[in-house]
Amino acid sequence: MVNGERGPRATKSGGTTRTAAKKPAAPRKKATTDRSVANGTDPAFVQLLTPEGDRVEHPDYSVDFTDQEYRDLYRDLVIVRRLDTEGTTLQRQGQLGIWASLNGQEAAQIGSGRALAQQDMVFPTYREHGVLWCRDIDPIMPFGLFRGVDLGGWDSRKYKFNMYTIVIGAQTLHATGYAMGVKLDGKMGTDDGEAVIAYFGDGAISQGDVNEAFVYAAAYDAPVVFFCQNNQYAISVPVHKQAKAPLFERASGFGFPGVRVDGNDVLATYAVTKDALDRARHGEGPGLIEAYTYRMAAHTTTDDPTRYRDRSEEDAWRLKDPLSRMKAFLEKQGLADEDYFAELTAEADRYALDLRERVLSMPEPDPSSIFDHVYPNGSPLIDEQRAEFLAYHASFEGSGH
Amino acid sequence: MSRLKQFILPDLAEGLTEAEILQWLVSVGDTIELNQPFVEVETAKSAVEIPSPYVGVVTEILHEAGTTVDVGSPIITIDTEPGAPAEAAPAAPAPAAVAESNGGAKIGETTADGRTAVLVGYGAKAPTTVRRARKGAPAPAPAVPAPVAPAPVVAAPVAPVAPVASGGPALAKPPVRKLAKDLGVDLHALVGTGPNGSITREDVTGAVAPVAAPVAVAVAVAEPVAVVASEGDQRIPVKGVRKLTAENMVASAFSAPHVTEFLTVDATRLLKTVAKMKESKEFDGVRVGPLALLAKGVLLALKRHPMVNSSWDEAAQEIVVKKHVNLGIAAATPRGLIVPNIKAAETLSTRELSEALVSLTSTARDGKTPPADMTGGSFTITNVGVFGVDTGTPILPPGEAAILAFGAIREMPWVHKGKVVPRHVTTLGLSFDHRIIDGELGSKFLADLGRFVQNPQEMLLAWA
Repeated sequence: MVNGERGPRATKSGGTTRTAAKKPAAPRKKATTDRSVANGTDPAFVQLLTPEGDRVEHPDYSVDFTDQEYRDLYRDLVIVRRLDTEGTTLQRQGQLGIWASLNGQEAAQIGSGRALAQQDMVFPTYREHGVLWCRDIDPIMPFGLFRGVDLGGWDSRKYKFNMYTIVIGAQTLHATGYAMGVKLDGKMGTDDGEAVIAYFGDGAISQGDVNEAFVYAAAYDAPVVFFCQNNQYAISVPVHKQAKAPLFERASGFGFPGVRVDGNDVLATYAVTKDALDRARHGEGPGLIEAYTYRMAAHTTTDDPTRYRDRSEEDAWRLKDPLSRMKAFLEKQGLADEDYFAELTAEADRYALDLRERVLSMPEPDPSSIFDHVYPNGSPLIDEQRAEFLAYHASFEGSGH
Repeated sequence: MSRLKQFILPDLAEGLTEAEILQWLVSVGDTIELNQPFVEVETAKSAVEIPSPYVGVVTEILHEAGTTVDVGSPIITIDTEPGAPAEAAPAAPAPAAVAESNGGAKIGETTADGRTAVLVGYGAKAPTTVRRARKGAPAPAPAVPAPVAPAPVVAAPVAPVAPVASGGPALAKPPVRKLAKDLGVDLHALVGTGPNGSITREDVTGAVAPVAAPVAVAVAVAEPVAVVASEGDQRIPVKGVRKLTAENMVASAFSAPHVTEFLTVDATRLLKTVAKMKESKEFDGVRVGPLALLAKGVLLALKRHPMVNSSWDEAAQEIVVKKHVNLGIAAATPRGLIVPNIKAAETLSTRELSEALVSLTSTARDGKTPPADMTGGSFTITNVGVFGVDTGTPILPPGEAAILAFGAIREMPWVHKGKVVPRHVTTLGLSFDHRIIDGELGSKFLADLGRFVQNPQEMLLAWA
């Protein structure tokens, strides 16, 4: 699964309680070019939990969680899906301008998000609501952005989670630049070194920005992990139309390792991401992860997937649902019972209702506030624009201020 | 707070102005839960269910299914405290709640100022018709908001500048050039009123009015025929499938020169063969009919005359002879005429073809035909015979070179083996695009089809 990887290295812990270890060097399987994306069967990838909820072993990757940690991972999955559903609902009720649903990609986001160490820095797209949840950011934060009342108002330094980036792929350059800074600051090479993760999708991998980021990250051995959620569609364009070879194989051309993981398997995603982050924090350079998953909903609430894909394809992916397999696992292992699941559903509903009420009561911003955070100490030009804008607003009938 | 809540239709995507109510999922008197889907609406982008933001009992449904509702209009009233004493009807939503309109253009349509609506984003948003009045401005007639041209950002009037000396390039932005080209306006003939004497959109549209419209445009903007109204007339809004059908028919009728030929043939053996198929074990469990067998004949005849299965590519100035036959079947459905097609029909056996026909028509009648099945057709059969008529002059579906009308099969006096006897007779009507198909090719194809109808078993053996 892994190609172009550097030599063996010491085991590392990475400073989190959970452990995921890369097993000692096993014979490398040669990555094969496949067209499986086009014909709907699963390609070769790292998997630790089957769609039926059975634990399987992988020669290179493993996880070792406590019972509570397994339950917590499932709780994360359930809550982020429930909150996401509320996002779509609020949009349909006219309360959000648009919503980008993560439905189907929960495991890719929770698995990678929980693999992050406290000190790691995240550069998300606009769909990483699950990773945001893992960073302990109030899940209401992105709703201000999608409601159009703020510009995304969390402290990205405090939470080590950058602003949502709408421009496709741009954040990979930001992440690479940031990671080059980490290296210049000497904040890597130890277990508590800092790693950077950049999220993007299968569509973005065709962008110049992403390829430039790959070049720089490789050339500077920047501690950055490129996490590509291959959800099979760049809005309406299927991945096989723009990528003639598996996405993870691109890494070898740039000179760093690439790996494909079952993105609907939260355990495998965790193990693979943890390994890549640890390698980065120890100064072993960048890595690419292709999390092979599926966007069950529309690209955003503004498009209609029935116009570009078959219902049968969605049905096939529904059988690989990330939540169902984790639930099946907990049941089979006797780690949770009906009461647990019922209470979890109720908890998720409470989160969603609370979120709904807070979204509906978000204050309307003052029109002039759009100018407030352009420069930390203001600027005469911005002041002029603000005055002009306010005068324009005041020129309407019925404007009270 | 009023306990009666009205749900205002929101802009369900980015910059939409209206939605059609497809189906109500609740009725007056129903209890409704938070986030329970209560209505299905279709916008220019997609059909979606809207979940209720209120808990209560439905007291009023304000628009029937089938109506098109403007964004910002209330569509349902929900009593959030059922059982409490009655109270007055809710006040109409404040004007501020009425969203701005973008002029009502759907994807691909042209807005009032000549821009084209797009799939994603606000790019093509036309001037608003509902906007707040400016202080000190003369009050506009409030009831009839007319589309207005975008106000220039710089208000200072610029004196018209003489046009650039002939031979030099006329100053105009690319979209204006495009508009001028589309409208057949010569930029050199105009006096620009924009900055530095550049030609504006208004200059171009202003130049169209006085002069005769060029022929190409005349089709689209032809003087509409005045409809004389009389008491009791029903007026049905043109939208949805009807609108699409009309646009396709106009596009086809005025771009592809049609010719129609007819052939009346003895279909008795066709019916006998169908009867045999019905009894055969090979067709066990499949509904077979004359249409399926005729379709097989069409596919075999197309193999002999591949040029009939083709398309005129105006842009490339090429004739595209299709590799596969995507066989369209015109279907009358409750939502109007739709023409789903069977992909690569020539690869199917007669049994598979029969099965495909059954599923195609039942899916179409249920209104569940996926869009992919409605595009890419290459030859269409319209089975007008099921309505009891003999034949017709079908209009080509856009992009197809030929269409066959299959008339009713009726018992008629017919000369058979030298005697006048009652036989089952039908008429085939073939319309074709005369740019691609000459009379000779069209006639040969139709004659082959006639031979098939008269003697299907022999032709199956000979051609298959």
